[in-house]
Amino acid sequence: MRVNLTVNGRPQTADDVWEGESLLYVLRERLGLPGSKNACEQGECGSCTVRLDGVPVCACLVAAGQAHEREVLTVEGLADHARQRAADRPATHDTPAPPPDTPEPAPGTDLAAARSWQASPADPANSELAPIQQAFLDAGAVQCGFCTPGLLVAADELLERTSEPSDEDIREALAGNLCRCTGYEAIMDAVRLAAARASQGG
Amino acid sequence: MGATRIPASLTQASQARGGVGESTPRPDGTLKVTGDFAYASDLWHEDMLWGHTLRSPHAYAEIRSVDLSQALRVPGVYAVLTHADLPAATHYGLEIADQPVLARDVVRCHGEPVAVVAADHPETARRAAARIVVDYRELTPITDEASALAPDAPVLHPGRTDAHAAHVPHPNVVHRQPITRGDVAAARVRADIVVSGDYEIGMQDQAFLGPESGLAVPAADGGVDLYVATQWLHSDLRQLAPVLGLPEDKVRMTLSGVGGAFGGREDLSMQAHACLLALHTGKPVKMVYNRFESFFGHVHRHPARLHYEHGASRDGVIQYLTCRIVLDGGAYASASPAVVGNAASLGAGPYAIDNVDIEALALYTNNPPCGAMRGFGAVQACFAYESQMDKLAAALGLHPVELRRRNALSQGAAMPTGQVVDSPAPVAELLRRVRAMPMPPERQWVTADEAGETIDVRALPGGRAGTTHGEGVVRGVGYAVGVKNVGFSEGFDDYSTARVRLQVVAGEPVAAVHTAMAEVGQGGVTVHAQIARTELGVAEVTIHPADTRIGSAGSTSASRQTYVTGGAIRHACELVRERVFDLGRARFGSHHPAWATAELLLEGGKVVTDGGEALADLADVLGDEVIDVEREWRHRPTEALDPHTGQGFGHVQYSFAAHRAVVEVDTELGLVKVVELACAQDVGKALNPLSVTGQIQGGSTQGLGLALLEEIVVADGKVRNPSFTDYLIPTIVDTPSIPVDVLELADPHAPYGLRGVGEAPTLSATPAIVAAIRAATGLPLRRVPVRPEHLTGT
Repeated sequence: MRVNLTVNGRPQTADDVWEGESLLYVLRERLGLPGSKNACEQGECGSCTVRLDGVPVCACLVAAGQAHEREVLTVEGLADHARQRAADRPATHDTPAPPPDTPEPAPGTDLAAARSWQASPADPANSELAPIQQAFLDAGAVQCGFCTPGLLVAADELLERTSEPSDEDIREALAGNLCRCTGYEAIMDAVRLAAARASQGG
Repeated sequence: MGATRIPASLTQASQARGGVGESTPRPDGTLKVTGDFAYASDLWHEDMLWGHTLRSPHAYAEIRSVDLSQALRVPGVYAVLTHADLPAATHYGLEIADQPVLARDVVRCHGEPVAVVAADHPETARRAAARIVVDYRELTPITDEASALAPDAPVLHPGRTDAHAAHVPHPNVVHRQPITRGDVAAARVRADIVVSGDYEIGMQDQAFLGPESGLAVPAADGGVDLYVATQWLHSDLRQLAPVLGLPEDKVRMTLSGVGGAFGGREDLSMQAHACLLALHTGKPVKMVYNRFESFFGHVHRHPARLHYEHGASRDGVIQYLTCRIVLDGGAYASASPAVVGNAASLGAGPYAIDNVDIEALALYTNNPPCGAMRGFGAVQACFAYESQMDKLAAALGLHPVELRRRNALSQGAAMPTGQVVDSPAPVAELLRRVRAMPMPPERQWVTADEAGETIDVRALPGGRAGTTHGEGVVRGVGYAVGVKNVGFSEGFDDYSTARVRLQVVAGEPVAAVHTAMAEVGQGGVTVHAQIARTELGVAEVTIHPADTRIGSAGSTSASRQTYVTGGAIRHACELVRERVFDLGRARFGSHHPAWATAELLLEGGKVVTDGGEALADLADVLGDEVIDVEREWRHRPTEALDPHTGQGFGHVQYSFAAHRAVVEVDTELGLVKVVELACAQDVGKALNPLSVTGQIQGGSTQGLGLALLEEIVVADGKVRNPSFTDYLIPTIVDTPSIPVDVLELADPHAPYGLRGVGEAPTLSATPAIVAAIRAATGLPLRRVPVRPEHLTGT
């Protein structure tokens, strides 16, 4: 069968798709987008997490036909998506700042604390990466990296809807993404770092 | 078009700049966060076929016949191969060549490969494999020590000629290593307190996320190019070339992106099968295991049964230890002999005990083959001896840390092998540090403000399920410490090869580093570039993809690559540096007397004196010269252990870590929440502090998995839970905060004083967590993983 879908903002067509093929297979093997990973193909590990019409899903559990005429966002499109999102948002200076004498108790981590985990960023000024991608690098959240694409898509979606997540919020949002290398601490640091940078306008 | 996604250009994109001691970012990091990093399962070649493996559904069976006719009729199938099609050597193995490439007349374990298929779509290959008809006659499997050594037990590998065959007590014992030292009988008399226990460890899986995969491309010269995820290219090559009937120079291997390893990629998996199919069909063949197959595609951590007895005098000094460690090696030897050596030589733990009687052995059974996994024999022993320490402390009325302190190993003390520990062994200090860390707050699930108390059930045992709001929840704290060897031991010629080339490119001095080191995620590529930057004073370092065009780097295991391949790179850089100075003296020596008299260094792209005076730009010294050095480098030699007494200088280096676990247990439901898992570890020198912390946290989490979650359940030799639905590894919800205290006491024998990092934290995490659960519940808990029913008695 033929499947028409939009992937990372671009219309795509896959021909000769067998009915049993997953969205993951079509992305990886037919559309040349192997960034979404195939660690379990049972919906247990989250390595293939993509967004289908904005909602995080395991691409291995979505039949390719179910993605027909729908929009898919993969790790390959994450940086563009973040840029678009930033452009669509009102500029920071238009947002009324809270009065200085009534500081909100921040549920997240402040930037100074978050920065203590960073590696010296590779190229912080000119990063073409999404903020969550840069934060993963800076916090040392990438080892073998096989879980990374799925985690990035899931973490980016979390921060899109929750600007200052608590630690328990982060854990809950990423509970479907297995990582075998890091022990998750650096991943927590990365999400805290990205949230702190966003909340402080940088 | 050739291979469009091959690793050469898609696993490296160096932007990083830091030297030794800095938290330089990974050179492969950007590619990994953009999705462009080429893992083995991402490879693609025009006209490629997909390979699939047919595996035995039985643990032990005779193969009476194999009928391929139905499979060969499936449209899209290019080849179906069995044992009968093998062109040359029919068996391979890491230490003993006992593993069939494809089973001939018998299968010895569930999942053993019987046939391989190549087809134009992976589903076609799977369906064709399902049409192969194998007539099996099932046999009664050997599943434990009793059935392996029974008088009528079948000998699983008759006619053994391996190095251990002559000294084992039974042919179903792969290897046995006793260690005796001192006089246990005399020490027993001095012991006021004796504690003993039987302990059991379940079968743990490495569960790396990137499945076994690779792409084999047949070459015009009759050879084959293999792009593969492995831990040791040259070990694969040594086993693979004889199977293909090719000289090693016609089997060219390149490392592709590796999605974790943890020991599970030491043995061959799909390498021989993909190459055989590629050579047979004349087409590129890709093989990618799915998760189900991955559970059969690699060896696991040896399950173990251990009996320990410690005797101590009333002052808390351990007088003697006796123990017996029985490891289930499964159907094939894999790394079992070396695992036995580790379990025995590290069986007493990081304690100074003068009188020991240790026996460790591995069995051949019809269970899944077991071999290397992070911690390698030391993990099993650590759970037993640390459980014993807590038991002994309780019997003596001492704090668990105090008992350990009184018996802690230190520099200058002897191990049970008689080997004197000749570098820092800060066992007591690590325990002191981990105990001194601030405790997580009590009732951490409660937030209190003016409005009253708010409970976040996600911070409680049971989590989101909301099974408790704090009622029935008891906190416990536990401690443990462990010792792991670094590097290959027992006389193994453990070396690495590095090539370093220095030249001027576009006006800048650039160093290129080429080794066969397998980057499996640990960050070796980061550290190797840092070493070259520090030694050569250059900013630009290119890490060449790992392949077999250079000599062996040894395995990415045994916590050894930073030490051994890092050492090789440093050594090659030193030789390059000498050549630079020679060149400088020839070109500029007459300009400044310091060229002849001063100690010279390379820093910031210049030749400088030890007084800090710049003599020349490195680029000017080099000119058009290309300095190119390739060298092997070895750490100091070790000795084989005596087969009867276990005495010998067996290990290169020891590595120590200690944990403190804080758990909360819902005692009614048997649910455990690890609240914090603090670790203190001596790393000698942290070449990249961020990577070191990541290794410690990752290793600790695998220890947490063994404590609470992870076990391959095997019944009558059959694996019951080969999926991530039923084999549970820790999620981010299961994993607590892991504060890390890094100690840096230099080992004078090692490059930069460094100590291998990766494995030690995996050891002590498990017993620390179980000790904490014991403290909370008062239960003895002799087996890991601890399951809810062990806590509720249901």
